[in-house]
Amino acid sequence: MIRVDDVHVAFGDVEVLDGVDLTVEAGEFVGLVGPNGAGKTTLLRTVNGALTPDSGDVFVGEDRIHDLSSRAASRRVATVPQDTSVRFAFDVADVVAMGRTPHRSRFSSDPDRGARVDAALERTETTHLRDRRVDTLSGGERQRVFVARALAQDAPTLVLDEPTASLDVNHATQTLALVRELADESRAVLAAIHDLESAARFCDRLALVHDGRIVDQGEPADVLTTEALETAFDARGVVTTNPVTDSPAVTTLPSTTGGGRRVHVLGGGETGASVVGSCWAAGHQVSAGPFSHDDAARSVARTLDVPVETTPPFAAIDRATVEAVSEQIAAADVTVLADPVIDPAATVCRLADDAERLVVVESRPLAERNYGGDRGRERYESLRRRATVVDADRVPAVLDEKPGPERVLADD
Amino acid sequence: MESPPRAPVLLGLGAALVATVLASATVGPVSIDLLTVSKAALNAVGVPAGLSVGVGTTRILGVSVPLPGVSLRYAYPFSFAVADSSETIVRQIRLPRIVLGAIVGFALAAAGTVMQGFFRNPLADPSIIGVSSGAAVGAVAAIVFAVGLPLQAMAFAGAILAAFAVYLIATRDGETPVATLLLAGVAIQTFLGAVISYMLVHAGESLEQAIYWLMGHLQNSTWGEVEVTLPAAFLAFAVLHVYAHDLNVLLMGEEDAHALGIEVERTKRILLAVASVITAAAVAVAGVIGFVGLVVPHVLRLIVGPDHRILLPASALAGATFLVAADTLARSGPAEVPVGIVTAAVGAPFFLYLLRRKEVHTV
Repeated sequence: MIRVDDVHVAFGDVEVLDGVDLTVEAGEFVGLVGPNGAGKTTLLRTVNGALTPDSGDVFVGEDRIHDLSSRAASRRVATVPQDTSVRFAFDVADVVAMGRTPHRSRFSSDPDRGARVDAALERTETTHLRDRRVDTLSGGERQRVFVARALAQDAPTLVLDEPTASLDVNHATQTLALVRELADESRAVLAAIHDLESAARFCDRLALVHDGRIVDQGEPADVLTTEALETAFDARGVVTTNPVTDSPAVTTLPSTTGGGRRVHVLGGGETGASVVGSCWAAGHQVSAGPFSHDDAARSVARTLDVPVETTPPFAAIDRATVEAVSEQIAAADVTVLADPVIDPAATVCRLADDAERLVVVESRPLAERNYGGDRGRERYESLRRRATVVDADRVPAVLDEKPGPERVLADD
Repeated sequence: MESPPRAPVLLGLGAALVATVLASATVGPVSIDLLTVSKAALNAVGVPAGLSVGVGTTRILGVSVPLPGVSLRYAYPFSFAVADSSETIVRQIRLPRIVLGAIVGFALAAAGTVMQGFFRNPLADPSIIGVSSGAAVGAVAAIVFAVGLPLQAMAFAGAILAAFAVYLIATRDGETPVATLLLAGVAIQTFLGAVISYMLVHAGESLEQAIYWLMGHLQNSTWGEVEVTLPAAFLAFAVLHVYAHDLNVLLMGEEDAHALGIEVERTKRILLAVASVITAAAVAVAGVIGFVGLVVPHVLRLIVGPDHRILLPASALAGATFLVAADTLARSGPAEVPVGIVTAAVGAPFFLYLLRRKEVHTV
């Protein structure tokens, strides 16, 4: 339905679109994702005919969009613009009726106008706003009114630029679900969507735009990856799967000036998981384990691509694993004992003995996790005496601190 | 706020205009009662009743053009008995001036409405693209240098030339950005202002007449001026009215308008050309009358909303009424003043009052 063929657009010396190819079939909802200034809006403006590309073609159906009159083009493509601010006191119904402009002839009335406007208001849940002045609406209400206007336009192709940018969670979901429905009614839909998770959840395909090119396109789960976040958005983050919607969930993190230390996390469970996550987020180089297969800390480590040693459940830790972990601890600046379980051989304690600097995080009493008897407790207590004991949420901050002054004195 | 229904609003404004015209015709050195005025006015109503064959002349822009075989024949359906003196005063002296004032006010307010919508700028008025300055250059040149061409024709030509120059300067690659148009208009107005000042310096004895013209006036109006201005104004208004919906959509922004199927540049060209013609027609006969085209559209927008399908005719009718009333004031004092002084003196305080009520912040 939409075919973008090697489109180049430059504003002055700035190449905004640099050879874009993209197709959207009827019935398909394609999301454009990418950082600010990537060229998403420019691409949409080229598709709806507002911009003529310097080279390349845009076809909508059989026609080159730029060869069409704006009336003919607007019968094929309806647009929901990014900027929906209106400074004029039109009623909502008037604004929606403007969508009928391409179907109106100058000297006769449009017989479908009333019915189309009513239907568009109803589908966007804006019927109650009908007689309100559009300049008195909230940004979110206005955005839905503009979607209604595009609906009234009754075009087989729909182009939306950030249709959910100022909507609350509920209305954002409603609006995208509506757009999804419109695509299912065999319209071709192309939308720039800021919210990656919503884009992944509602679109058939995503096209990742970066520096005026489409750097990747395909199924949302294939396009939205941790690497994509890094290369296109220059963002630190992690893509997981939302267990409710089974679509990618994106977590981005602020870039940090701290971090950079090598940290090994021993222990596990919820506490270990949280320490692995927070140290990774703070920019430290994390290794972890040994964790058993079903440990929460292990799944976090795996998600974050943190090197992790794994042991089968209810089995003794084998020699190879112990050696691997020892090496990691030896290389680490700091080792964190996160609620460690003391096994009869007190393996964790033996491993921790070699640590250069120790931080202990405790959220369960030792008695609940000590299977090493009195000897286990003694070994643990002795480790604890030379460690810094903090709450889980303080760990990244403690890691950034310089070693205590007594160490400096000792080195003298 | 639901837009008010069209018919009652326009009928009301039309009735107000007729009432103001009749009331205005009672005012003057000789007071004539309303009934007599009404009868005389009805007697003056002429209906085109076909073409008479023969050699006639038609005055176009003040120039007598012989048009063999074509001249309009009027039928006068009313013939009430009215005293001759009253009939002459009403029909030959007062009505031409009042009717011309109504047409000028109608034209200026219509053009102002269109310009404010077109530029999406509350400060836009009919003269924004140099029409009035161009007319003034033509008129002052006609007065000062006595070039032999009729003043109205010179003024009209000057107006159209100035507008066209501004349009050409602001257009590149077939696109005319409104911001460029606005700035080019301001620059051309300033330049033409210098030309006018220079001519005034060298005006000598004709200085007084030139200044009087510049202030805007309806004195010594004739039916001949009405005959030329009326069809020009109505024709131009009809075109503008056909484009009222397009103007509404243009208010959403040019890119949006394009996406909704408006041929933006073509529509802008038509609106600009027709608004310039209607303004030029008014300014050519009445001089530079300020504030009608600025204030009247604002006031009407507050009352009827921004929809040009009702705003445009409503503004035009209200502009007609306002100018007739202002001119009545201008000529009813002990010494007559140019109507431009009255419109500005009355219009400016009223506009400031609106501003203080914070109701005029947008177009």
